[in-house]
Parts: sequence; C-alpha cells; structure tokens
Amino acid sequence: MHNFFAFVYLVAGILFIFGLKGLSHPESALRGNTSGMVGMGLALLITLFHPDVGNYGWIFLPMLIGAGIGIFIAQNIQMKAMPQLVAAFHSLVGMAAVLVALGTFLIHQAEGTLDNVLMTELFLGSFIGAVTFTGSVIAFGKLQEILKSAPVVFAGQHKLNLAMIIMVFVLGLIFLASKSYTVLVLLTLLSFVIGVMIIIPIGGADMPVVISMLNSYSGWAAAATGFTLNNMLLIITGALVGSSGAILSYIMCKAMNRSFISVILGGFGATGEADDGAMSNARAKGVKEAAVDDAAFMMANASKVIIVPGYGMAVAQAQHAVKEIMHILQEKEVEVKFAIHPVAGRMPGHMNVLLAEADVPYDVVFEMEEINNEFSTADVGFVIGANDVVNPDAKTLKSSPLYGMPILEVYKSKLVFVCKRSMNPGYAGVDNNLFYQDNTSMVFGDAKTTCEKLAAALKET
Amino acid sequence: MAIEHLLISGLGASATEVAKTAATAVAAAAHGAESLSPFMTGFIVFVLACFVGYHVIWNVTPALHTPLIAVTNAISGIIIVGALLVVGKESEADVGTLGFVAVLIASINVFGGFAVTRRMLAMFKKQKR
Repeated sequence: MHNFFAFVYLVAGILFIFGLKGLSHPESALRGNTSGMVGMGLALLITLFHPDVGNYGWIFLPMLIGAGIGIFIAQNIQMKAMPQLVAAFHSLVGMAAVLVALGTFLIHQAEGTLDNVLMTELFLGSFIGAVTFTGSVIAFGKLQEILKSAPVVFAGQHKLNLAMIIMVFVLGLIFLASKSYTVLVLLTLLSFVIGVMIIIPIGGADMPVVISMLNSYSGWAAAATGFTLNNMLLIITGALVGSSGAILSYIMCKAMNRSFISVILGGFGATGEADDGAMSNARAKGVKEAAVDDAAFMMANASKVIIVPGYGMAVAQAQHAVKEIMHILQEKEVEVKFAIHPVAGRMPGHMNVLLAEADVPYDVVFEMEEINNEFSTADVGFVIGANDVVNPDAKTLKSSPLYGMPILEVYKSKLVFVCKRSMNPGYAGVDNNLFYQDNTSMVFGDAKTTCEKLAAALKET
Repeated sequence: MAIEHLLISGLGASATEVAKTAATAVAAAAHGAESLSPFMTGFIVFVLACFVGYHVIWNVTPALHTPLIAVTNAISGIIIVGALLVVGKESEADVGTLGFVAVLIASINVFGGFAVTRRMLAMFKKQKR
C-alpha cells in the first residue's frame, strides 16, 4: 500500500519536473504549468486517501478558504506588484513548514516515537521555515514600501547575527537532549528574529537577489519537512525549488558583479538621497536636454530603435505607453527591439512580464547577451528609467564601484535619448557618464507622461 | 527502480552523463535496500533531485524567470501534503488548530501560485505578422 502511494508521489514529482522544463520557451510554458497543476492535483487527491488521513472536515474547510483567497489574489494582483506577491507567498511556505514541524513533534511525542534523527530534522525544518517566514515578511514590507527600503545597518550587526545563529544551534542540542516542546518553540522564536535580522541590512535594489534567495529557502524548508515525514515528493520538490532559487541568486549576483556574500552582508546603496544640487552640477558638466518633439522626430526617421526599460518604467507604469510607441514606430516601418538587463526591476524577469502585460510580443524582447552587439547598428537607443545598467564606466573606469558589471551597451547607438525624472544618481550612487556623451540627450520628466507625449508626437510626424 | 525513471524523464540530453552515474549509484543503493535507513533513502533522493533541478533550471529562458519563481512557489505549496498528514491524523495530541492553519496557508500558495503563473504565461505572445 505504501509503495503505491510512493509511486503516485513519484509521478507527481515527474510532472513537476516537466512543469519546470516547459519554461525553457514561452510556447511550451503554459503546457508546463498545466503539467505542474496535474501533478499537484494528483498528489493532493492521493493524500486524501492516505490511511493516516481522516478528519475531512478539518481538511476541506481550510482548503476551500485558502483556494478562495489564493485565486482571488492571483486574479487581481497588478503585475507591478509581482515581487511583493512572491515574497508574501514565500512567507506562507515558511510558516507552513514551522506549523508542520510543531505538529509532527506533538504527534510523535504523544506516540512516544521521537528519535534523534527525527528531532534533528524537526529542528532544521522549523529553523529554515521560521527564517523564511520572517525574512519574506520583511522583504514584502520593503517591496510594498510599508518599511523603508534603505538598508538598516548598525555596529556589531554581523557579530550579533552570528551569535544568534550559534544560539539556535545550541538550543537545537538542548532540544535533542530534553525532547522538550518548549525548547522547540523557543528556538523557532529565535529563528523568527534571525529572519528579520538577515534581511533588514539589504537595500531595495538588491531585491532580485533577496527574492531568489528566499525562493531557495522556501524550497529547503519543504525538503526538510519531507525528511521529517519521510515523504519523497516533498524532498524532490524541495530540492527542485531550492536549487532553482540558488541558481537565480547566482545569476543575479553575476549580473551585478557582486559576490553573494557581499549582498547578504548588505549595507550597499546606503546613500543615494535626493540631491537638489545634482541637476545644476549636471548642467555645469554639459548635459544636453531634448524636447519630446525632437526625440519623436529622430525616432520616426530612424531605421532601428532599441528601447531599454528599467525599474523607472515599472514605477511609473509606463509600459502601455511604451507599447504604443513601439506600435506607431512599427507602422512607420522602423525596427523596434527591447533590451533587458538581468537585474532590471525588483525581481528576475520582472521587465519581461511587464512588457508582456502591455502586449509587447516576446520575440522583440532580447536578453543582454543577445542584443549587446546590435547597439552599434541602432540609430536611436531609448533608455526609460534605467541607470546603472547602462553606465559605460562599468566597462572603462577602474575606480568606479560598478567596474566589471556587465552593462547594456546603449552608448554605442548613434543617438541616445534618456527618459529620467532628474539627474539623481542611481542605486550605486555614482554619476552616469552616458548622460554626458555627445550623442546623448536627456528628456526629463515622469516616464509615463513622457512616453505618452512621445507617442502623441510620433503620431503627428 | 523509481528514481532512475525520474532522472531519465527529467533530464535534458546534456545531462545524460549525470543520469548514468546517478542510475549506477541508485542501483548500488537499492542492492542493500534492507539495511538502508529512511533518512539515507531520503538523502539519496534529495541529492539526485538537486542535480535534476540544476540542469532543468539552467534551461529556463531568462524571459520567464518571474513565472519560474511563481511556479516554484506554487509547487513548494506541496508542503500541504505534510499539513494534511498532520491535521488528518487521529492522534491524542491536540494539533487541530496548527494543522488547520497550515492547510489554509499552504492552499493559498498552491492555488494562488498556479493561478498567477497561468495568468502571467498567458500574456506572453508572439508578434503577429
């Protein structure tokens, strides 16, 4: 009988793998998602028939409520808010792992079947789960701007964190020796505090790494739960999710040319306050301004325009206006392409989803490696709310904090227009040499307003 | 052997080498299955699944990284199986409330996660020519 359940769980695991495999191309992605859903349905259904499962009233009621809430949120969430949503969902996995660990302990305690292996697994499960929970809650708060997104740093922070982590492991040993529920609860509470402490020093624009990292943690939490229940499906799924998050963290760090450790230790981007002097400094340094009509004229007469969207586009919700610009230019037989930097936005792939939401077809949207050698053949490079990821200093100026970071080589375009609210520096707090180039003109203003004006001006040319 | 099956189905052509090595390892492990502890079985599955994950995830196109995070989030809602086993168990321990909350929040994850992924993926369209 147990073999049969294990077999069905294996099938569900394979369906999950096919679900992830489907994401290798947008055409197969929906099919992949369906395969994941079938896997989940299968796993849920078979678990209901598990000999250990009764109490159906206590199962269907929370499931219905949860399904209702989940589907409602999924249908109504704005694409701009996807990073927050994902953070919130990660926190739920963390909390569920904690609750399952506590429940499993109580059941085994009542049965008198506690042993050291199980208790170690329970300890790890509630530790990882608790850190995932509060870490994700803090990330959610920062992304939703309930909390300040600036890093919170203080003296002795890393020593304090280290001390707390050692403390948790000491409590873990005490838990093994005492088999006490109170100790398990205590170490879970301390883990909650650790989760808060490890996320607060990380600044807003490092969020792509934070989200990937918490994604990974939620996977490890599920895997740890799988060990406590000896459930292979939880172990397989946890491992898949855990490695997915780890790979994404790696890709994000690489795209910022920063080590994972330096992101985790945090404190980056502590400056970057609004600076009134920035604009007058920039004028003194010879930055050129262009009117929207000039930009429209140059684009309408170009044969190829590459648009580089950044977080500024997302904040201003300018993607629909940008799509309109693309549409008009295409009607004028101008080739339009989009260039996306891996860390543009607040989570991996965020820009692609926003553009897709605005009906920009995915086959005109390109990754950094695919498009970088095309900028030299573009008549116009149009930067919307991106800054550090187009800074040529990252390639040439050894003293720049950005040096070594891969960038989109917009500066090679014949003409560059940059749509930006002001001359304030980007996340890294450094000046952007692109803005002072001879072929660059700034179009100051809110991204959405500017793009709408640009679309209107293009219609008339 | 079940795990062998899983590996071969899940891996791309690039990973056949790993699959072969893994299959040998599993065959060796299965040979002494009687003496294998549940932890060790779980651990073998865990390590192999990490390798499968590694190869599958590197093949995901960067354009779909947001849906990837959303769908991994949905499948990590599989923890609901754990929650069901806790709440459903006839036990002397009073775990009803714990389990109730766990099932509820894990369901938000499962249903919300898949629904939002579906909504995102449906937006990705090709250029009409």
